[in-house]
Amino acid sequence: MADIVSIIRKITKHHLFVPIICLFLVILFNLIDNPQFFRLEMRTSSAGYPTLFGSIISVLNNGTELVFLAIGMTLVTAASGGQDISVGSTIAIAGCVIMRVLCGTETQVYELHNLVIVAVVLGCLAGMLAGAFNGILVSVFRIQPMVATLILFTAGRSIGSMVLGGNKPMVHVDAFSYWGNFIPGIPIPTPIFFALAGVIVIFLVLKFTNLALYAQSVGINENASRLNGLNPRSVKMMTYIIMGVCVGIAAFLQVSRQSSINPITITKNIEMDAILAVALGGNALSGGKFSMAGSVIGAYTIQALSTTLSTHNVPSEGVPAYKAIIIILIVIVQAPVVKEFFGKFWGNLTKKSSGTIRKVA
Amino acid sequence: MLDNTVLSMRGICKSFPGVNALKNVDFTLRCGEVHALMGENGAGKSTLIKVLTGVYAKDAGQVYIKGDEKALTIKSPQEAQNLGISTVYQEITLCPNLSVAENMFIGRDKDTIVNWRRMNTRAREILDTLDIPATPAQQLANCSIAIQQMVAIARAVDMDCKALILDEPTSSLDENEVAKLFTLMRDLKTRGVGIIFVTHFLDQVYEVSDRITVLRGGELVGEFLARDLPRVELVSKMMGKELDDLESISGGKASIDAKLDQIPVLEAYGLTSNSGVKPFDFTIKRGEVNGFTGLLGSGRSECVRAIYGADRVTGGQVKMNGRNVKIDEPFAAMKHGVGYLPEDRKRDGIIAELSVRENIIIALQVMRGFFRPFTAAQAKAFADEYIKLLAIKTASVDTPIASLSGGNQQKAILARWLLTHPEYLILDEPTRGIDIGTKIEIQKLVLELASEGMSITFISSEIEEMLRVCSRLVVMRDLRVVGELSGEDLTQTNIMRTIAGNEARNGRYS
Repeated sequence: MADIVSIIRKITKHHLFVPIICLFLVILFNLIDNPQFFRLEMRTSSAGYPTLFGSIISVLNNGTELVFLAIGMTLVTAASGGQDISVGSTIAIAGCVIMRVLCGTETQVYELHNLVIVAVVLGCLAGMLAGAFNGILVSVFRIQPMVATLILFTAGRSIGSMVLGGNKPMVHVDAFSYWGNFIPGIPIPTPIFFALAGVIVIFLVLKFTNLALYAQSVGINENASRLNGLNPRSVKMMTYIIMGVCVGIAAFLQVSRQSSINPITITKNIEMDAILAVALGGNALSGGKFSMAGSVIGAYTIQALSTTLSTHNVPSEGVPAYKAIIIILIVIVQAPVVKEFFGKFWGNLTKKSSGTIRKVA
Repeated sequence: MLDNTVLSMRGICKSFPGVNALKNVDFTLRCGEVHALMGENGAGKSTLIKVLTGVYAKDAGQVYIKGDEKALTIKSPQEAQNLGISTVYQEITLCPNLSVAENMFIGRDKDTIVNWRRMNTRAREILDTLDIPATPAQQLANCSIAIQQMVAIARAVDMDCKALILDEPTSSLDENEVAKLFTLMRDLKTRGVGIIFVTHFLDQVYEVSDRITVLRGGELVGEFLARDLPRVELVSKMMGKELDDLESISGGKASIDAKLDQIPVLEAYGLTSNSGVKPFDFTIKRGEVNGFTGLLGSGRSECVRAIYGADRVTGGQVKMNGRNVKIDEPFAAMKHGVGYLPEDRKRDGIIAELSVRENIIIALQVMRGFFRPFTAAQAKAFADEYIKLLAIKTASVDTPIASLSGGNQQKAILARWLLTHPEYLILDEPTRGIDIGTKIEIQKLVLELASEGMSITFISSEIEEMLRVCSRLVVMRDLRVVGELSGEDLTQTNIMRTIAGNEARNGRYS
């Protein structure tokens, strides 16, 4: 029995324990309340292909953008001890760049002006440029990340509009919509593959480079990092540029989903979800040590929450209020004070149980 | 209480959990004198001042102020100010965004309505009488640091202060500004103000002070007239060594003398940095252990930081093994085989939340490059090797370094640098704040590494320790190299004489 207690204790102490429990609770709620949530069915899409439908699929599909942003946000948070609140707006910039490359100045587009890959690369470059701008403000001018990124948060959407010259193009090319929806013959939504690829790539990067060590080191102690040969400026800069790449990909998925763009409304308020994903992942928003897996789980937890609310017919204007309530609960569970309390609780339990064992023996 | 006494403190005691910061300390300030309060780090200078100004409550003792027969209890800085005790701190505590006049009168007027004209006129008068080159309407941020300091003093003086405390007022001033400040201090003296002057610059103490009170380890060493206390004695009183006792201690030091004809591992000529250290020359040979010594703030750490590129190097030339090299940042130093264990372990050394393993491998990992991380197994092997070698006490390699004891943290940082196999290793206060056993282990290790051919610069505030490990010492005073001692000359007495300067200097100056 002591073994079981110690195993349980080990599990509860694990850094992914709370994020997983949170996700589990959201799922459990649906399981009791609405088993329909887990039903998967094959339906024929409007294009006439068999496709997979269901709330779970919808969570995995719609959570993709959030997963990418959570990846970038985790790195930015770790190295600079602050958050990038401009991501929603920079998605608008990158999205508008992509549409401008594909549509030129036309409003109704029946033939793309450029290869999609060219547009994606340029969209990512736009995202990286925005990231570099934020990165310079944060690392060279030492402006607080939230203040520094407030600039593009405010200006990004109108910059996007200017890129398109006020035009709101509609793309009527089926092949373009495949990326954000379904590829004919494949029943799983394409963004899920993007999310999978993104997660695999970031884990490979973390495994085969020193990104994690450098970002954490700079985030924990900049002085010491510098004396150990690191350049804290470039490390911070790098995380903001990686964030830019994530923004570019998220922007591409968004415009492909909609086959159009409205820079004023696209991914509105997504930055808050991305920051919450990082927090739900058990990461300190003050920077330093991070868990990428936690952030990814956090992103899906938030998406699951949004989907749950919408399946419960919560009117769209009411969603943020419900979300807030649930998020407060989750964040409180993760608060150090509460963790300490449960730590002590478990400690006592372990003592008591080992005590009984001794008596029995 | 004599008539000319401004304030007197009797039998002051103050302790913090685990430390007796002040033990039965007396202090007397007279009218129209500059009274220097001297002592090394942890001597109790700032605690005494904080008791006097009501920041800390004293545990025992009495404080008397001129014009009051009864012992007083000063509960807050505000109360101290009302009693005529004003303090000007090292960091300016004024508001840079306000005007000079506003800074002089802010928070003092009981009226809600400000009479701007009267305020500016009054400010003008004070600035003129004290001969401070500033105008009332000028924004404070536009004044030099020295002027800002003077404005702070002017503010204090105008509040009818009887006692003025200047806590390290000169540390951010240049020579001209210091001279101006001293003129102002002498002027105040003639007005009958008693000034308590806290500084670690010896020259400045003798330039303006009438009297010197020395504290050491929370106890009063004594009160002396400045003209009756030779510098050497002041230094020995601060360090707690009687000159006669000292001769006997030296002798056990290492005698690894580097061959003279060898090319030095590192040579520096006219090296200087933005930390304010004056250009200095320095050389170290293969297998040599040398050190920088001097009082706190004398520039020991600044020198090695300049060598390592930790501060911005502003001049000078560095050669390694006879070849010119450019070390402008720590990474360059590391690439040239230089390691640096910083003085402040918490601020510059450990990366607190990272594991012991990551803390040990980080320097070598950074040298190896971003795209070539060690595998988990390699990293663990390195960490295990050095944990065993240095007997680091840690639960596992994955334990966050912050949860280790100070001595074990220091060993882990040492391991970090040993792992890079440096040709030249700088150890700045490697034994500060760690237990005696670990201290000796580290000293032994230093000598062992040197015998294997590593060159080491060893800095410590404990002279005995430096005598034990170093074969040559560079002596510093007031950010300047003032001497170099080796061989027969390397004794505590000579070190103190050189630190004190001016008087009989036995050391070889090079």
